[in-house]
Amino acid sequence: MIRFVLQRLIQTIPVVWVIITATFFMIRFVPGGPFTAERAVTPEILKNLEAHYGLNKPLYQQYLDYCGKILRGDLGPSFKYPTRSVNEIIAEKLPVSVELGLLSLSVALGVGLPLGVLAAVKRNTWIDYLCSSFAMVGICIPTFVMGPILILIFAIHLGWFNASGWYGPIDRVLPSLTLGMVYAAYVARLTRGGMLEVLSQDYIRTARAKGASETRVIMRHALRGGLTPVVSFLGPAIAGIVTGSFVIETIFQIPGIGREFVNSAFNRDYTLVLGTVVLYAGFIIGMNLVVDVVQVWLNPKLKFE
Amino acid sequence: MTWTPWRLAALVGPLALLAGCGRPGPGGPSGSAQSPSPPRQVLRYGNSAEPQDLDPQVVTGTPEYHLIQCLFEGLLTIDGRTGQPAPGLAKAWEVSPDGLTYTFHLRENLRWSDGSPITTDDVLKSWKRMISPRLASEYAYLIYNFVAGAKDYYDGKETDFSRVGMRAPDGRTVVVNLVNPTPYLASIIANHTAWDVLPVAVLSRFGGLDERSTPWTRPGNLVCCGPFMLKEWVPQQRIVAVRNPNYWDAAHVRLDEVDFFPTEDIAAEERMFRAGQLDRTQEIPVSKIDTYRRENPEVLHIDPYLGVYFYRCNVTRPPLDDVRVRRALALGIDRESLIRNVTRGGETPAYAVSPPGDAGYTPRARIAGTLEDARRLLAEAGYPGGKGMKPIQLLYNTQANNKQIAEAIQEMWRRNLGVESDLINQEWKVYLDSQHTHNYQMERSGWIADYPDPHVFLEVWESGNGNNDTLWSNAAYDSLLHQALRAGDNATRYEAYQKMDAILVDECPVIPIYYYKRPYLMSPRVKGYWINELDNHPFKEIYLEK
Repeated sequence: MIRFVLQRLIQTIPVVWVIITATFFMIRFVPGGPFTAERAVTPEILKNLEAHYGLNKPLYQQYLDYCGKILRGDLGPSFKYPTRSVNEIIAEKLPVSVELGLLSLSVALGVGLPLGVLAAVKRNTWIDYLCSSFAMVGICIPTFVMGPILILIFAIHLGWFNASGWYGPIDRVLPSLTLGMVYAAYVARLTRGGMLEVLSQDYIRTARAKGASETRVIMRHALRGGLTPVVSFLGPAIAGIVTGSFVIETIFQIPGIGREFVNSAFNRDYTLVLGTVVLYAGFIIGMNLVVDVVQVWLNPKLKFE
Repeated sequence: MTWTPWRLAALVGPLALLAGCGRPGPGGPSGSAQSPSPPRQVLRYGNSAEPQDLDPQVVTGTPEYHLIQCLFEGLLTIDGRTGQPAPGLAKAWEVSPDGLTYTFHLRENLRWSDGSPITTDDVLKSWKRMISPRLASEYAYLIYNFVAGAKDYYDGKETDFSRVGMRAPDGRTVVVNLVNPTPYLASIIANHTAWDVLPVAVLSRFGGLDERSTPWTRPGNLVCCGPFMLKEWVPQQRIVAVRNPNYWDAAHVRLDEVDFFPTEDIAAEERMFRAGQLDRTQEIPVSKIDTYRRENPEVLHIDPYLGVYFYRCNVTRPPLDDVRVRRALALGIDRESLIRNVTRGGETPAYAVSPPGDAGYTPRARIAGTLEDARRLLAEAGYPGGKGMKPIQLLYNTQANNKQIAEAIQEMWRRNLGVESDLINQEWKVYLDSQHTHNYQMERSGWIADYPDPHVFLEVWESGNGNNDTLWSNAAYDSLLHQALRAGDNATRYEAYQKMDAILVDECPVIPIYYYKRPYLMSPRVKGYWINELDNHPFKEIYLEK
């Protein structure tokens, strides 16, 4: 297994390099720069600004400089926030997004798994219909609708929560629910599908024939196989939850990395764009690797090759 | 390997556990309201965006401006009631009869927030830093355009700062020599951060005085001279400023604390206000103005705002190279209807470039004429009823209601003049790039004053001005501008501006549409707050009614 992981890690090096290079040049070719403003900076001032950030050097030189820095783990200074480095911004904001992501994931699994199992076991009864409708509704309502509705009810009318912010533990509730519910809906559907397939298999009938209780059959025998599709889904989903939290972070004014990811592109904050892209790329590659490992772990028919 | 449901728990559990132990936050913003009596005066202020930095000489935006106004003070500040320059760190100032020399007298016993004295050395070194090419301050021109010798110093032609027209003859006096009499210099010093005074000893501790990115503005490091001082700065969450006991006028500061919240999303900001998290918002979504007007008029504020919304013509691109076409298009817009039905914020229709009543100046010139006149002008230009004219490419940026405004005007031109137009939408920086590289035919623009003076709105259209971007140039206009710059008194100056406004109305390189208004929400308990056109409300005057 270690060999498998190592091999995969080595394969990611050229991938990350291609991503860095492509992003570096793409962001430079976009019209407008970090100092493009409604009130044009005078040519003298612009020259001094560019000299300060090394933007007066030839592009290839800037690229080589950047590659050199990144090898030393330095992502450079931010253009938008002159006293902050990209490393610092990521160190500050990533934990917030990860926390939000993990909480949402707990909601997704905590709600989605039981509903999916219940729907599969009580197939074609009103319980199944109820669970499936929940899943459909969850998938269909986007977070930017769900978020404001939750705020309207629980923050503005009932006054239980802040409408936005990220100050105390209580401020985690609404954003995690909003983001988690969408994924809960997917998890429920996938679990139901997986479980239905497994429940019709011979070994489940055998377990029942041997007198195992229904709970035991489901929890011990069926669930393991039934979860395979959920696990495959979870890898990209976790990456999506952590990296795609831009909307939630905006609605709830959460100081996460998702907002920086999007806003840095609008601000032409070259180094922050690169920093967040590299971070996300690494994250997605990492999550896919974890999923591969977990799948082998769950499914004895697979081997590390 | 046998499977148990616990293995699933082993997968999910740590995640939940990890996530559960979120860092205990600094308590909700409403928490501070429940302190024991007497209740602390805490203003919770929606500040639109996360500030870039708190260095008065590096930042450029409005959110930063609000913070710096709270933390720093220049030699002059503004009187909230009148909007006029008032004594700040300087207790008095004089202007020489020829208008070329300003003398400022510093107050006695001025102290930084750490207790150390504020000296004339701080004042001069701060200004020196501002025009240092190494700092590359975006607003350096607000000093080097006015002060004798400063431009040469900025360009490196002069390396001796003592040759720049700024000196301190004694420990309490600062003298500034100007290139031209600049009657609005006091207004610039009072309204803009470029002339602020910085703690040079602290700056030097964190690197070179004119180094751009040192951590001197972090909480714990930042030393300031304004009514409040920095206590906490959690990026994208909040900035807390508390009363500065060393401020010269601390006895009259009534708020104990100002909490600034970055509220980039204006819909979220409005929800925060409704949930009682904010006392003042920075903006309000246009779609909600009518509802507030109907249901909660006491919290809705629509203040005048010194700025103009206009359409900029690239006068080198046909058919806009023909002044008759530009004039016809200017006449073809029904501004009242646009404001009533589209913008809905109570804006003032603009028939000239300069806003009325700006530092006592109101332009006499007006875009005047009927639709009949407009059609005649078009016919004279060779496009009777709009025939033969290619659709005008109208560029706007994605934000706000630019699109709705453009659609309305597109329809007005079609109906009133028979002129067709295509709407082109670009992202903010792409749009700015198109503007600065003149890669557009006509575009939506806005211009907001940095300080109240008609000069702000008229200097832009000088030939070759970096913000002109119309490629329009007019020798008479340029010479009037220089005449105004040399004029010592406002009467002469304003007379030149009247002629300049008349030229702009006549030539229409830009088509003014409306003068901005500033709609926002504010709790009725906020007092000591006066309407002024720059949205400039000194925090030291604000208090909360119990």
